[in-house]
Amino acid sequence: MPQSADQRIIELDVRTDEMLVNMGPQHPSTHGVLRLVLRTDGEIVHEVIPHLGYLHRCAEKIGEHLAPPQWVPYTDRMDYLAAMNMNLGFSLTVEKLMSQVAPPKAQLIRVFVAELNRIASHLLGMGAYGLDLGSFTPFLYGFREREIILDLLEEVCGARLTYSYVTPGGVTHDLPEAIPIPPGLAMLTGRPAGATISWVDAVILFLDWLGPRIDEYHTLLTENHIFVQRTAGLGVLTREKAISYGCSGPVLRGSGVEFDLRRHGDKIYTSLYEKFEFDIPTAPFRNAPREVIVGDNWCRFYVRMLEVTQSMRILRQAADLWTIGGVAHDPAGHKIPYRLTTKLPAAEVYLETECPRGQMGFYVIGNGSAEPLRTRAKSSSFCNLSVISELCQGVLLADIPSIAGSLDIVMGEIDR
Amino acid sequence: MSSPTFEFSLLEQQLPGGSVRLVEATTGDSWIELKSHALREACQILRDHQDCQFNVLSDLTAVDWFSPAGKKPVIADPRFEVVYHLLSLTRQKTLTLKVILPRPDRDELSEIPSIADLWLAANWHEREAFDMFGIRFTGHPDLRRILCPEDWEGYPLRKDYEFPLEYHGIRGR
Repeated sequence: MPQSADQRIIELDVRTDEMLVNMGPQHPSTHGVLRLVLRTDGEIVHEVIPHLGYLHRCAEKIGEHLAPPQWVPYTDRMDYLAAMNMNLGFSLTVEKLMSQVAPPKAQLIRVFVAELNRIASHLLGMGAYGLDLGSFTPFLYGFREREIILDLLEEVCGARLTYSYVTPGGVTHDLPEAIPIPPGLAMLTGRPAGATISWVDAVILFLDWLGPRIDEYHTLLTENHIFVQRTAGLGVLTREKAISYGCSGPVLRGSGVEFDLRRHGDKIYTSLYEKFEFDIPTAPFRNAPREVIVGDNWCRFYVRMLEVTQSMRILRQAADLWTIGGVAHDPAGHKIPYRLTTKLPAAEVYLETECPRGQMGFYVIGNGSAEPLRTRAKSSSFCNLSVISELCQGVLLADIPSIAGSLDIVMGEIDR
Repeated sequence: MSSPTFEFSLLEQQLPGGSVRLVEATTGDSWIELKSHALREACQILRDHQDCQFNVLSDLTAVDWFSPAGKKPVIADPRFEVVYHLLSLTRQKTLTLKVILPRPDRDELSEIPSIADLWLAANWHEREAFDMFGIRFTGHPDLRRILCPEDWEGYPLRKDYEFPLEYHGIRGR
């Protein structure tokens, strides 16, 4: 019998008064400015009421006054841990509205940056989740690896977090041919500092180094007895509930639904990925500890860990296409220029893409002027968070961070 | 997105006449337009019918077609559109539904039936549409503001919204 159930029997016997506990918006394990009001009876939580909006900036209203390329920086600030994926989702929506297709070189660069950003986002998610459950080491490791990805992305576009790199029509700059090897990467791989290396080679060098580290994380967290005790069998989200709540990404796949828009999405998005081989990690897992139930915290966490490996696979294939496949010298260049005075057609497009946290949707309506009539961002974390009241009924107070952390939300995206 | 002719003909058979219309677009998405009294029945058919299986409500939002004074009107009659984006995980298809509502004067609410019991995802999305556009979803279990504070006045995403001059001692504008 799990420990929490034992505890509950004792607690029910004690009969304490009901108490309202306010958690957040400045609580470290709410991952941003989420505020949860908990109705507790001793250690047992009876009801969780989430309060949103502390980071609301009216991004959708702002979008109605700007030409689409000018709104790209606002998408950075939604999911700021995976800004490349957000830029990509919005850019594809605008391109579809204008019946444009980005040049092949831009498409490959987009895969590079989106997948690197996905790895960075999942590594941070892993580290922060470890920290929520009292394990400090994975957090430091996660940040060490993420730092190198940020260095690589900085070499591409000059920014470390809010890139605005992918824009309607392509990407803002070509990939740099030679870069000074990032100091962190040089130190970890024993290369001389200050040596120059091509950007794609630096990515491969990083992947070669990261590969063996993934096993380390599995030893540190995934198979760790304490970690399994804190996550397995907790926060179980059934397949039917996950679908009805509109959950997506690792939360949906952790509940046993094999669905990934990189394979099953709109053609304009899947065409980026059709050349690549990769799997869609979905629960149940054969090698899971026996306490694990499909749809629990552990499954959601493990899906993210496996997705890092799949993204690494995609990146290696992309590097081959770049160097051997000759995309690097494609004459069409890396973008179709976009004039800010370009009139948008009187039509509308809704497009979802697979961001690290799930299916991020952008909805753009043009009305014949340069600014759209309506821009809408449908957030994946928004739907993923909406299950929290249901998952947290009757759990122990100490399990709230475990459940909230396993949903891996970003408040910038929820509040917009 | 290809035109949803199959879904349209299915709905046309099962719903009372004149409550459903297919709008085919040459660029971008096509959609099915519904009268608000037929919305719930249509959603139920699209979700449960063997050949539809739209089991996910991807998005629910609204659009305000009002043109503020001094701007060239986009369409003749100002109106609200409530837009539903459905997704079928099994068939890997998407579908757009629209319901057109009369646009009320400032601070008054439009009404449309809630579908929060058909898809649990609609609960928060409807709260957001209520918060931003002032659309009352009748039958919603808990229709409160979600992103703005509860004592906020006005509906920010309406085209004639004016930012408040003052909120709890904080100067605006």
